[in-house]
Amino acid sequence: MHELSLANRLVQLAEATATEAGAQRVIAVTLRVGDLSGVALDALRFAYDVAAAGTRLEGSRLELRRVGVRVFCNPCQREVELLSVQNFRCPLCGTPSGDVRAGRELEIESLEVE
Amino acid sequence: MTIPRILEVRQGLLKKNDAIAATLRTQYQTAGTFVVNLVSSPGTGKTLFLERTLAALRDRGYRPAALVGDLETDNDALRLARSGAPVRQINTHGICHLEADMIERHLVGWNLTDFDFLFIENVGNLVCTSSYDLGEHLRVVLLAVTEGEDKPLKYPTLFNTADVGLITKADLAAVCEFDPLIAERNIHAVRPGLPLLTVSAKTGLGMAAWFDFLVAHRHQHNTARSEGCRESRVHCQP
Repeated sequence: MHELSLANRLVQLAEATATEAGAQRVIAVTLRVGDLSGVALDALRFAYDVAAAGTRLEGSRLELRRVGVRVFCNPCQREVELLSVQNFRCPLCGTPSGDVRAGRELEIESLEVE
Repeated sequence: MTIPRILEVRQGLLKKNDAIAATLRTQYQTAGTFVVNLVSSPGTGKTLFLERTLAALRDRGYRPAALVGDLETDNDALRLARSGAPVRQINTHGICHLEADMIERHLVGWNLTDFDFLFIENVGNLVCTSSYDLGEHLRVVLLAVTEGEDKPLKYPTLFNTADVGLITKADLAAVCEFDPLIAERNIHAVRPGLPLLTVSAKTGLGMAAWFDFLVAHRHQHNTARSEGCRESRVHCQP
């Protein structure tokens, strides 16, 4: 349950960015969350409302954009998206690969402000 | 009335932690200290395992030290100190994982050049610990035979970010009807190629192989001193 500290960090970052841009209020936050980021989305949504209370983000929407896990498959010589995080094999040729190229993201993509 | 607009941000939530971890990594590197982060659920036997590891490394002429993370109490630090190695307790007071700035604060007053190895016993937690880089060279995940074989499938993220896996409490495997082949299959499903060792800190089974593994990795690392791999966990897996 580190979602509350992540939500606090998110609110801090978003407030700083909004202030710098001269915005009064944040309407929405778009967050990219990788399937391997170790974050529980429901817990994050709950924590977000708590962390946003009393800030420029109060009442704002949290839009979560899921990022699937992509690994590099050596035999296929290309990046492929896994079908499941329980199975690190190329969905095309079945070769195991632990060479993760995407899926650990946890970043604010953008803010909608006014 | 202001018009809504979009601000591009593209900033990672863990950026601050990652920056501190990068600084720590440079410090470890400069001092020649090999740093090992032990992660697992509560009750996999991390503390006894570490106690035996510290004592054995000292017997072999190395200078190990340890930081041990727990929500409360200094029980583990007291246990580990029996090995004779310098040990400090980190109490997180409710936080379920260690972060790089906690490590930085607890290293103050220690001279890293006095240590060949620094072990970080993370808070027992299979989820949150995986997100926080502590600048370590080696992330070790422990799976006790008492936990069953399917933990890796339930917690793929942690197993996926590990550099080596240890099956612990192996002396209890038969009683628990633990199937090592199934465990291995599950671990490799979420982290192909992860090197695995089977140990029992209690009976000493497999411990010599673990000490050899550590010493070899430290040696390899000090010889290569190549930057890059640990800079990013993303590309350093075989």
